[in-house]
Amino acid sequence: MPSLNHRAARWFSRNLIRIYAGLAFIYLFIPVAYTFAFSFNDAGKSNLVWQGFTLDNWKNPCGAPQVCQAVANSLQIGILSTTIATVLGTMIAFALGRHKFRGRTSTNLLIFLPMATPEVVLGASLLAMFLNLRINPGFWTIVISHVMFCISFVVVTVKARIASLDPRLEQAAMDLYANERETFRYVTLPLVMPGIAGAALLAFSLSFDDFIITNFNSGVVSTFPKFVYVSAARGIPAQANVIGSAMFFIALIIVIVGQVVSRQRKKS
Amino acid sequence: MAFLHGASSTHSGPKSGLKSRSITPYLLLAPGLIWLVTFFIIPILSLASTSTMVRPEGAQVGTYVQELRFQNYVDAFVSNQDQYLRSFVYAGIATLLALAIAYPLAYMIAFKSGKYRNILLVLVVAPFFTSFLLRTIAWTQILGDEGPVISTLKLIPFVDDSIRLTATPFAVVSGLTYNFLPFMTLPLYASLERIDPRTLEAAGDLYANGFTTFRKVTVPLSMPGVVAGTLLTFIPAAGDYVNAALLGNPSTKMIGNVIESRFFAVVDYPTAAALSFTLMATILILVTLYIRKSGTDELV
Repeated sequence: MPSLNHRAARWFSRNLIRIYAGLAFIYLFIPVAYTFAFSFNDAGKSNLVWQGFTLDNWKNPCGAPQVCQAVANSLQIGILSTTIATVLGTMIAFALGRHKFRGRTSTNLLIFLPMATPEVVLGASLLAMFLNLRINPGFWTIVISHVMFCISFVVVTVKARIASLDPRLEQAAMDLYANERETFRYVTLPLVMPGIAGAALLAFSLSFDDFIITNFNSGVVSTFPKFVYVSAARGIPAQANVIGSAMFFIALIIVIVGQVVSRQRKKS
Repeated sequence: MAFLHGASSTHSGPKSGLKSRSITPYLLLAPGLIWLVTFFIIPILSLASTSTMVRPEGAQVGTYVQELRFQNYVDAFVSNQDQYLRSFVYAGIATLLALAIAYPLAYMIAFKSGKYRNILLVLVVAPFFTSFLLRTIAWTQILGDEGPVISTLKLIPFVDDSIRLTATPFAVVSGLTYNFLPFMTLPLYASLERIDPRTLEAAGDLYANGFTTFRKVTVPLSMPGVVAGTLLTFIPAAGDYVNAALLGNPSTKMIGNVIESRFFAVVDYPTAAALSFTLMATILILVTLYIRKSGTDELV
């Protein structure tokens, strides 16, 4: 009969990869948990050391000066640039996924290049252009820059979805005398929709979280990441932790609801 | 909407998957590509033009004229070669560490997670939803001089009381590794998940043991994911300045920090532009060589 030690060793080696993955997840979530915990800190001005538990920060997330203005800016910029980038990127994805045309290689290159360029170069080059044109950076230059770097990610995401579609579904629609427009409206578009929704979610989170490009092209306009970076020197107010944690839970709920909905659709 | 314009309503349809001979694709492409040309290509050219400018004698701060002074590149490189080299070393180490952490993680999710697969995938992305700046600052406090890690380490005998974790290269590289980990994990998962389990069974039937199967079958088949993941980690890491600014000290500055301060603190646009351009060119050359060598063109 194998000894307990022996059995423990065998269990360990069999589950080694699960243990490893568990540790990786802990590593991923340590700072998230820390941010969440310190959103309950009775911090006063500097949220560096634990001072005691309070719900005040959650009851009054706008308590710190300018934090809610920054969040409002980030939300507006995020919604605007997500909408524009999703429409433009989806159109490109359909052209690439469903049409033959000359210049495909250059188009692919033009989509790939912004993703292969470091953010600091994207930000600096746009600012150099705005300065050369004597344009003062502000709200709209942020939107312009966010649309620019989100388009490529939308194209890649939606294109992958289009490529995974079964072409027989569209053929079937056409065999049933749907014209091209109807086929697109009632078959193709609904099938691609999850990809478009995922791309929009990705674009929004990229935009909402972007700091480097925004910092170059924002002038005096504040966004949430910029607010956090600027206040890092003198200590971040606990309200920023509240907003960060709230974003985390909202996004998690959206993703989980999306998964449940798509699973139920598959069943029915 | 432009993409509803079926130019010909005949059955040119998705029989081959691709439609041909119409202006529809160009109408679909135009708005997005115009946006990219205007706000990506032209700015890059504008940056190239700024990089050879010179500030005239006695002119106002921030005023530059074009003199095609390519010496700017030499000057910018010579005075910043340490930061330049450091960026690539830090980004390279962070990429390797991220690969070492992410590969087993992606492997586990792809092959050993059963019905929990989707939940685990969400968990990989979930930390992203908290602002990356907040998470980086959380690390500065966790690893900081008054933080839990240092106070625990100090309890151990023989540990020097002056031990520090923040403001070190270690902290900067850890920060880079952490921040870009999901960029590594997701492409790895995507390529591992595509592997047909029957190919692994076949290797076993041919008397390959677990390790040989992994080395000769799994790893080669997951190469596209490795290439995509390392690029998605290395490129943003090489240009990053947030981790070095928050977790480092003046001697861990990366090229991104120099570009940022040349632009804002020193208002020296030509040097910032020359450095940005050199960074972009170096990365593109490295990426091209890397893709050639690893033999995958399916990135886009």
